[in-house]
Amino acid sequence: MNDQLPALIIVLPLVSALLVNIAGRVGRSYCWLFTVLVMTAVTGCALGLVSRVMTQGIIHYRLGGWPAPVGIEYVVDHLNVLMLVLISAVSLVAAIYSGPAVQREIPEQTTSFYTLFILLVAGLLGMTITGDAFNLYVLVEISALTGYGLIALGQGRAFLASFNYIIMGTVGACFYLLGVGHLYIKTGSLNMKDLYQLLPSLYSSETIAVAFILILAGVWAKMAFFPLHTWLPNAYTYAPTATSALVAPLMTKVSVYVMIRIIFSVFSPEFAFHISAVRHLVVWMAVVGIVTGSVMALLQTDFKKMLTYLIIAEVGYMVGGVWLANRAGITGAVLHVINDALMTLSLFLVAGVVTYRTGGHQVRNLQGFYRIMPWTMAAFTLAALSMIGVPPTVGFFSKWYLMLGAIHGAQWHFVAALVFSSLMNALLFFRIMEMAFFDAPDPAQAWVGPEAPVSMMAPVLGTAVGLLAVGLNSRVIVDRFIQFVIPAGL
Amino acid sequence: MEPLVSIKPFLAVMVSLLAVVPILLLRSWPNLREAVTFLAGFVKWGLVLSMLGPVLDGMQIEYTAAEVLPGLPIRLRVDALGMLFALVASTLWIVTSAYSVGYMRSLKEHSQTRYFVFFSVALSATIGVAFAANLFTLYLFYELLSLATYPLVTHHQNQEAKRSGRKYLTYILGTSIGLVLPGMLMVFSLSGTLDFQPGGILNEQFSKGLIGLLLFMFVFGFAKAGLMPFHAWLPAAMVAPTPVSALLHAVAVVKVGVFSILRIVTGVFGMDLLGTFNLGQGLAYIAAVTIVVASLVALTQDGLKRRLAFSTIGQLAYIILGAAMLSPKALTGGMVHIAMHAFGKITLFFCAGAIFVATGKKNVSEMVGIGRRMPITMGAFLVGALAVIGLPPTGGFISKWYLVLGSMEAGQSLMLGVLLFSSLLNAGYFLPVFYRAFFCTPEEALFENQVKEAPAWCLVPLVGTAGVSILLFFYPQPFFGLAQLAVP
Repeated sequence: MNDQLPALIIVLPLVSALLVNIAGRVGRSYCWLFTVLVMTAVTGCALGLVSRVMTQGIIHYRLGGWPAPVGIEYVVDHLNVLMLVLISAVSLVAAIYSGPAVQREIPEQTTSFYTLFILLVAGLLGMTITGDAFNLYVLVEISALTGYGLIALGQGRAFLASFNYIIMGTVGACFYLLGVGHLYIKTGSLNMKDLYQLLPSLYSSETIAVAFILILAGVWAKMAFFPLHTWLPNAYTYAPTATSALVAPLMTKVSVYVMIRIIFSVFSPEFAFHISAVRHLVVWMAVVGIVTGSVMALLQTDFKKMLTYLIIAEVGYMVGGVWLANRAGITGAVLHVINDALMTLSLFLVAGVVTYRTGGHQVRNLQGFYRIMPWTMAAFTLAALSMIGVPPTVGFFSKWYLMLGAIHGAQWHFVAALVFSSLMNALLFFRIMEMAFFDAPDPAQAWVGPEAPVSMMAPVLGTAVGLLAVGLNSRVIVDRFIQFVIPAGL
Repeated sequence: MEPLVSIKPFLAVMVSLLAVVPILLLRSWPNLREAVTFLAGFVKWGLVLSMLGPVLDGMQIEYTAAEVLPGLPIRLRVDALGMLFALVASTLWIVTSAYSVGYMRSLKEHSQTRYFVFFSVALSATIGVAFAANLFTLYLFYELLSLATYPLVTHHQNQEAKRSGRKYLTYILGTSIGLVLPGMLMVFSLSGTLDFQPGGILNEQFSKGLIGLLLFMFVFGFAKAGLMPFHAWLPAAMVAPTPVSALLHAVAVVKVGVFSILRIVTGVFGMDLLGTFNLGQGLAYIAAVTIVVASLVALTQDGLKRRLAFSTIGQLAYIILGAAMLSPKALTGGMVHIAMHAFGKITLFFCAGAIFVATGKKNVSEMVGIGRRMPITMGAFLVGALAVIGLPPTGGFISKWYLVLGSMEAGQSLMLGVLLFSSLLNAGYFLPVFYRAFFCTPEEALFENQVKEAPAWCLVPLVGTAGVSILLFFYPQPFFGLAQLAVP
């Protein structure tokens, strides 16, 4: 059983996505319970994989027993086991949280919501665990298609937003596929490990360089890296509450993981980073992305949309960190993948509670919230401090490594961008806190009342506490996992 | 010498943080709630006192709470300087708690539970800064203090509080994120550690320009010290209830600022390095300008609390000047001034609050003849004023004396002049308040000739701190001994 964990973690949600329909036939309310149980089991699988990787090292799993490079291989190493835990834990939290939100916003589509929800999680887990470049494409499409569907379940502008996302997402996926095609033509292989061994002799080939650029561009479009970010704000803002709680923390972060995986395990850091002009260009793009994202966030009056621009800024953190191409920078980027997922989750959960209680997600909906909903605001305050980067919340520690990496690499503009973004975050979050603290609640609000139901509040508070707990245990993540991820020589 | 390992410093930090839970739970029973505050205060004070003996014997007490990242532990270490500050802060917390009860209940202030909760958190952070063994731990508690004091500063939740709170956070958080954070990372990147070492952790192999840049990033970054031009938050913060101004903006918050600068100067750069690069002089000029300008501005202020705030800005710069002159005597004077100024200034704030509670007056011009009505309060006011001016028989004389001696030892005649001139200015803005309070014709007096002091909960603390100010003149221990131990 334990040996089958790498397959089980994918097969379990894939099969459950079909079974949830049966649950939906029996009674709509069973869908939620079923999904929560599935996500709990998936989280259990992920934790089982952690203990196996920690004791036995990297796991290679051949699907159907076919040896690589013919068959599809799943590889679990120190990097993606972290991602598997992250994805399954965030999905579990989002699943628990989704109950009341789905019931209120999209009761008619409960069954289809949970079907897509579980499929999306399967896609994300698959993108993370696969050791095959083409299989990765398939799973990218699974997660993308279910993502479009989940977003389109929203009201009003959600359709158009989802359509824009489809266009950019498809362009991104095509670029990726095209790049993988180039690699296949030159090497005849799609297995990542195989490619990693075959490619060095071809590094001088222009086809390989083009393949690398195509793949990179495709992944960047998927993660909304500046300037390919325009699809993201509307898609995540107008999605239903339960969708954004799942999609916003995970989708971009998994794409960042894919970028790291491609650079380290298909190509090599020497190949990716060997032209310093390219490296500097990407860091500059990250800087512009961080600054733009922060400034745009400040201009928003919609709370959710503000958060979406912050995601774009944070993507700049991670891409910039990787392309600093030194140990501290990459450590920071990987750590930030985890930390930013938790922070984004925390903030979107709060945004969902605001929507649930007030019927809207404008910033002004939070007027007087410290008095009305003190627990929600406590969670919000913690998440905000983490975004600003106040120790000992998670946000501080990844920023610490990112800045350290930038200082080591003498990339002062990246240091300046990180400081700028921290200050902007301070400005925009304290503006909201001020409103929540000083202003009287708006009497016209639809849903002013006590705190949201327990199934929403438990995830909100649990995640907020997680920001502290994970932050204080950053060393475990760095020492036991991330340090094995970074290739020797960096 | 190997430091003693003990959990006591950690407990001393945590006790007021943990007190938050019972304070919240007992929110419907105000007397019990305040009892928790007092209990936490005395436990904290007892823990600090229990470590005083070993520290005076030259020992250090250390505790590592967590190693959050490799090379980045949350570690506490009690040494002489930290003990000096912790002793001042934990003593005055108990006094201020008593005063808070009198003040908040007399004025029937709202949200008293919130007030006591954040006061407790602020004290945890203060002791955390005092005992921090490295720059990271110091930064962590420094930020916690900034955040915990925001709800206290903006307690009244009106437009003025909102404006002031905004200014407060902009200055304090803006500088700590914008200057201290990158500075800290640069130090870590240069030296590989953030641990405070007696001779500093940076050395001559780095250029003067770099060291100078870092020094000023820290000096201005710790804006709680109120060095000009990053001082404007302090007068604005006077919108807070008076006990907050008293403990936080005369003792805890502002002293955390100067304390951090002292730590940086002695533990990160080292006096020798600053001497080699002649960087002390620049710092001394900034401090001198702050002293003179703040004192001159204080002369023009009619609001008593604002006058006290500008006085504080000047007095904090004394402490920095003490470090900047790089002379052992001046540094001793500066460190002792942390304690002496604390007791003097808190007395003055308590008086200002007592006047407000008893009469509702905030401005100096409205206090003509008040001495006849509140003789005890105004008597204490005189003692506090003398302590801040630096005249006997108050403890303030001792610290000023050492600062003056130090300026002569360092051959800084200009700074000597600044110290003496500013003492005159101090007298110029404090003594008229006292004079007008007692000496006026019956027609001028704004109050009926009838004694009515503030309630005992307010009066006893201010008499106590005034008494301690006098006591410290005759017996300046243990503060003086600690300062001497702390000077390298």
